Amino acid sequence: MGMKFDKTDEGRYRLNVNGYVCPHPQIYTKKALEKLASGDILELIFDNPSSGESIEQMVENDGNELVEQKKESGQFIWQIQKA
Amino acid sequence: MQQQVASVATADEAVAKMTLEEEGRRKKRLWAQGLLGFFAFISVGTYVYNEYYIYLSVYLWFGMIYGMCLQYGKFCFSSAFRDLFAIRVPRMLVGIVIATVLFGVVSAPITAIGLSTFHAAPVSSHAVIAGVFFGIGMVIAGGCASSSLYKTGEGNLNALIVILSLSLTQALFADVGGWANYFVPEAWTQSALEKGLPASINVTDGWVDQYLAGYVWNSPALTYAQVLGMKTDSVSGAFVGNLLVGILIPAGLLLALVYALYWRKGYRNKQKKAGNVVSGLGGELAGYWSMIIANKRTAIAGLILGIACALHMLVMQGLRVKFGFKNAGVLLERIGWDYGLSVQGTVFDPGYWYVTTQEAQWVGWTLQKMGINNMDNIYFGFVNGIPNPAINPADWMSFSLIGGAAIIALYHDEFKFKKPTWETAMWSIIGGFFMGIGARLGLGCNVGAFFVRVANGDCSGWLFGLGMAGGAYLGVQFFNWWTEKKLAKEMESCGL
Repeated sequence: MGMKFDKTDEGRYRLNVNGYVCPHPQIYTKKALEKLASGDILELIFDNPSSGESIEQMVENDGNELVEQKKESGQFIWQIQKA
Repeated sequence: MQQQVASVATADEAVAKMTLEEEGRRKKRLWAQGLLGFFAFISVGTYVYNEYYIYLSVYLWFGMIYGMCLQYGKFCFSSAFRDLFAIRVPRMLVGIVIATVLFGVVSAPITAIGLSTFHAAPVSSHAVIAGVFFGIGMVIAGGCASSSLYKTGEGNLNALIVILSLSLTQALFADVGGWANYFVPEAWTQSALEKGLPASINVTDGWVDQYLAGYVWNSPALTYAQVLGMKTDSVSGAFVGNLLVGILIPAGLLLALVYALYWRKGYRNKQKKAGNVVSGLGGELAGYWSMIIANKRTAIAGLILGIACALHMLVMQGLRVKFGFKNAGVLLERIGWDYGLSVQGTVFDPGYWYVTTQEAQWVGWTLQKMGINNMDNIYFGFVNGIPNPAINPADWMSFSLIGGAAIIALYHDEFKFKKPTWETAMWSIIGGFFMGIGARLGLGCNVGAFFVRVANGDCSGWLFGLGMAGGAYLGVQFFNWWTEKKLAKEMESCGL
């Protein structure tokens, strides 16, 4: 499957980059967050462990908040709130 | 009542799911133990058969340490430059600098007492050009040569495609002649002929042969100690020339630059938000330190990698002295595996961590077995040979690197077979191709041409790194354009 971005609710969006390896998950996440409004939530779904390390630091450096991190059957589901 | 029944059913489902997941994790841990047992069995079994096999087992166990460290720290040279340019995250660059410094610190005394297995490479602009090719390739492929190995151990089949593409490109590129000879400058051909190589190499037929013998070999192989007029294997040369001038000062300056450009602003904002005042040199040093320790796993992995790399060289040299040879070609002959030795009787036996040549060798060996002559070039026929992969010392290191990464990934429930899509497979093939060209032009990859060389005071190491950074920057610009285009289309439908 390819990259998928959709709106799940008011102020809530989902970015699914399962199957992608570096650097796609981190670049897509950065670009998606840039376009969201302050307070919006991005649900990020990915399965490339090494991308997680970079995304975590990117979120922190940019002042956004990682509000939830879940791991299910080898895939990561993270909720990120735009500052 | 209905609500109660529904909640009990949901709770039961949750328990069943947890049990299933726990069972899955238990099975993965068993696989990890099995893998470890397999490598131990290979080591013990071959040693019992013939003590010479311990030489290959040393490669195997250091390879396993490398694989474990790489997977644990998600250690990727590609990420070091790419994440810095793409998302302004310096964690991996910091990890690599830590590993390089540690490698250099432990290597220095080994070099000073003359027990290092390292040999400097020729220094010229070719290292920068090679680095550019390699840098573009590693960003497009989604990982460098070493991280593609550890990611294969995580079950990532895209990474396996990268390895295949990288291996095939190298083997074919090293042997390309015929039409490619038209692109060889006459001066290279003449200079290559003057080297007096054996007739079997047929040096005037082959682009890489004439590039090596007619151009690269004419450049001096220099360490920082030699540039400063010191002997490399002396205390002053190893500690002042190579370690201080060649590693510590440039590494410190690089991190200071990264701190100023990529970390300082974010750090100060965070401190301001938390109500802390950051001022003066103390504040800057605290910020610098926060960058170093920002990702503990990466820092720990870098620390262990650096020490292991240096110890690896020491143990290999110790075994060479014990068995009385300088190259494993002698060892392979002694144990009856003389197929695929070079015309000098040598095989690829770096004596330290290396990645790409052993990958090219197994393709070279396969092609040779298929009847395509791969021994009439310098790379295989004169220097590295193409021994059977099952007995190739450096291949033992790569196989166990994948195994070591798989063990840690299985233990941490990070192992997952990831099938490639058409898009990701395409990036893997293209990236592997560029890395293959870069590796042969630079006589090594991110490990052999950058990490090991920088840590051992070789002047060509930073040159390759400079090219790699430039290539990574170009690769990131390309992906920025590509992802922007794809994401914009998706976001439009959401009104963004």
